[in-house]
Amino acid sequence: MRLQYPSTIKIICLPCTGRVDVIHILKAFEKGADGVYVAGCMEGACQFNSGNLRARKRVEKVQEILEKIGVGGERVQMYNLSSSEAPRFVEIAMEMTEKITALGPNPIKVAMKKVAA
Amino acid sequence: MKRKAIYVPYPQAVPLKYVIDKESCIYFEKGKCRACEKFCPTGAVNFEDTEQRMVLQVGSVILAPGFRAFDPSRYETYQDLQLPNVITSLEFERILSPTGPYAGHLKRPSDGKEPNKIAWLQCVGSRDINRCDHGYCSSVCCMYAVKEAVIAKEHRKGDLDCAIFFMDMRTYGKDFEIYYNDARDKSGVRFIRSRAHMIHPEAGGDGLLLKYANEKGEFIEESFDMVVLSVGMETSPDIIQLAEKFGVDLSEGQFCKTDPFNPVSTSREGIYVCGAFQGPKDIPQSVMEASAAACGAGVDLQDARGTETKSKEIPEEKDISEAEPRIGVFVCNCGTNIGGVVDVPSVADYVSTLPGVVYVEQNLFTCAQDTQDRMKDLIKEHDLNRVVVAACSPRTHEPLFQETLQACGLNKYLFEMANIRNQNSWVHSDDPASATDKAKDLVRMAAARASLLRPLKAKRIPINKRALVVGGGVAGMTAALGLADQGFEVVIVEKEPQLGGLSRQLTHTIEGGRIQEHLRDLMERVSAHEMIQVLTESLIVDFSGFKGNFTTEVLVGPGMYERKIDHGVVVLATGANEYRPREYLYGEDKRVLTQIDLDKRLEEKGADDLRRVVMIQCVGSRNEENVNCSRICCQNAIKNALHIKALNPETEVYILYRDIRTYGRLEYAYREARRQGVHFFRFDAEEPPQVTSDEQGLAVTFRDQVLQKDLRIGVDVLVLSAGMRAADTDELASILKLARNPDGYLMEAHVKLRPVDMASEGVYVCGTAHGPKLISESISQAMAAASRAATFLSQSEITLSVVTASVDQEHCASCLVCVRVCPYGVPRINKDGVSEIDEALCRGCGICAAECPAKVIQLNWYEDDQVMSKVEALLEGIL
Repeated sequence: MRLQYPSTIKIICLPCTGRVDVIHILKAFEKGADGVYVAGCMEGACQFNSGNLRARKRVEKVQEILEKIGVGGERVQMYNLSSSEAPRFVEIAMEMTEKITALGPNPIKVAMKKVAA
Repeated sequence: MKRKAIYVPYPQAVPLKYVIDKESCIYFEKGKCRACEKFCPTGAVNFEDTEQRMVLQVGSVILAPGFRAFDPSRYETYQDLQLPNVITSLEFERILSPTGPYAGHLKRPSDGKEPNKIAWLQCVGSRDINRCDHGYCSSVCCMYAVKEAVIAKEHRKGDLDCAIFFMDMRTYGKDFEIYYNDARDKSGVRFIRSRAHMIHPEAGGDGLLLKYANEKGEFIEESFDMVVLSVGMETSPDIIQLAEKFGVDLSEGQFCKTDPFNPVSTSREGIYVCGAFQGPKDIPQSVMEASAAACGAGVDLQDARGTETKSKEIPEEKDISEAEPRIGVFVCNCGTNIGGVVDVPSVADYVSTLPGVVYVEQNLFTCAQDTQDRMKDLIKEHDLNRVVVAACSPRTHEPLFQETLQACGLNKYLFEMANIRNQNSWVHSDDPASATDKAKDLVRMAAARASLLRPLKAKRIPINKRALVVGGGVAGMTAALGLADQGFEVVIVEKEPQLGGLSRQLTHTIEGGRIQEHLRDLMERVSAHEMIQVLTESLIVDFSGFKGNFTTEVLVGPGMYERKIDHGVVVLATGANEYRPREYLYGEDKRVLTQIDLDKRLEEKGADDLRRVVMIQCVGSRNEENVNCSRICCQNAIKNALHIKALNPETEVYILYRDIRTYGRLEYAYREARRQGVHFFRFDAEEPPQVTSDEQGLAVTFRDQVLQKDLRIGVDVLVLSAGMRAADTDELASILKLARNPDGYLMEAHVKLRPVDMASEGVYVCGTAHGPKLISESISQAMAAASRAATFLSQSEITLSVVTASVDQEHCASCLVCVRVCPYGVPRINKDGVSEIDEALCRGCGICAAECPAKVIQLNWYEDDQVMSKVEALLEGIL
């Protein structure tokens, strides 16, 4: 449908969100990502049954960790949508971009810049 | 709405290439121009191309020439040609389409304004012997009109008034009634049971006036911004000529003549037919018939199978394990799709600086044949051992490029694609600078992953060529014969002591086909067939394995002895039953019968003693308990009504209905019934007929919509068109893990594109187990299931997916987390006490790989380092 969304979003694809590991998300923040989101099938409709449910648990775990270390748990989110819902995909992209823009850059990035300076 | 002389007919055209309309082309008309040839970047335009005659020797022919939409200009009062805002449904589809004349914006043709009110007029060119000779129903128009209205409303977010003017609302297909109800109740589409005779342009305005009478007899005039004519299907004259050339007979309505027990066979042996040319039908039906026709042809060509197939020579894979990654990157322009937004040369320059990249080139179309051929040479020339293509979506093009790698002796899993089109140029087209930067990011990520890709070998395993058919009714037996006649062993498991299913209680099809004769024929062929084994009075108690290698445990016969059957596929044909009514005094008064009861009664006692018969439609269907339509009851009632009239023309027959759903050629029978004086009275769901039984006898009271009065009729026999209910498959579904819809029917993998496949590979469904249908439709679907199963069984080996998880057993702590989290119960603790994953059973989701606390499980092709390399490459230099 060629609906436009912000180019600051880059996609890494996996067979199922069930494959997303806590360490993959943490590594992204460690390296300076400002936000990460995991997009999986609608709950109850996971192509592999329960992958998206496990993914949600892991995302919640990461939120806890990020909150504790001062990066901010809100920077990681889990979304559920059907692969045919293009407008919803764009809606999520916009929502996430707005949220991260409001939160500002990754505190790790800010701190590293200070150290370098 | 015009188009150019060089055009693509529609986005789904195969091949999706441009074609020149000679009659509109300036070069062919006047000898000048040839601009297209000059501008084509690949030199594809060939004005010197000529027609070629070929002679093909074939063993079988399948006719699938389709239909054309009816041209409504014959309905002069609709003024389709004169009024720009009166359009056909096909034109409306194009208006809604993002690739249509208005790029998907809902506008009306006259002035481009957004319409606020749209009307659909049904049955234009169908059910009409007055303005055209099309007495049949086109089967699809009710559903497509509802769909168009719902989608149009979604477009305008509800501020659009849609009204559909119809005679009968024929939403008879699987789950269609739900769609109709939602359209009316949730989307607010108005359904007006009336026909408007003409369309007037509004005086002093842009509107279109429709004047119509509602059922109360009141005349209403309404103005609309657009009127859509729901045009029917017809066979075009050149197809009629084609039929003549092939020597196949046509039936009334100019469709191909077939008989109900051989729905895809034409009048000429060896020539099959499918799709709209066989009779008006929708996509799921067409797809089923197509596979059925393939089954017919497959049976005929059985002995020649495999004699003319060519196999591809795949060179041996080179061992690249010792070598450093040598990545070749191909950056595609995709015409202007990518190149028009992304600065491809600058991306290519950047890519050449990336670690591991030893070769980069730009292409106009990386997927083009000449580029592919060059790629093979380049792989060899530069000794590439990884390939990255930065272009479009791997979903469509990955297999193509992987084949190219294989052809060079490279393992096909050493390939990575960066989607710089669908995920970049197409969605950031208003910001070329960012799109270029992002393209660089995406290729950097792909190259990083590519250098970590390792060769993967897909396991090939032999398959068991036997088929298990569950259910020995018409569908089950037809599927079994379809497979056995193609040389495959079949075992039929039937729970009753005899074969036949529901058909044992039926006598005739509406065309007059003799069901018991056909049933006898089927049973004889099945029992005589050396490839078919029948187990009656048998139950399935256990099921295991995977596609190509299933094991089913059956308790056989009255003795209930256990038998293990190994097989490669399962065909489910568990059937359905007639609903046993609880309403209208059924079971309380002996004179209240179901249609099946009536059928038997007419066979035994005839109709001489029947003065008056009333039939009530939709009993046990289209209600809260069973929302959907049972599809077969309208034609069944009319069939029995005609039967009564044939036995005793004096009998008064009344059919009380909500909609008469005699779709396709069944409409001819409806017309005939009316002609023979069968009385039809419509009732609303909220005001059903009332049935009383007292000393005066059995009587039915119903409302006459024309007189707006209640009529009370004493009857000799009241017949209830009791609908279909799915057979009880609770136990079977839990043993075989089968998906069922809320009505209890088995759920196919995809409504339109895979109507006989179940979601798990190697499992198929057919007959009324899938949903209510006619015997001819069950036979089609059964042949289709046989065809699909045969396709699977024809392989000598199957290739398992490479994307499977594996355990580093040396470091497994046997914590059991993987065993617990796998949705399919695949990881097992083996005799060494460590987790083991069977690659044949693993579905490749990766849940276990992510959960393993010791990180000793990796998912092939999505190993941690491969996934992380993308994260790290993306964020390189940020900190």
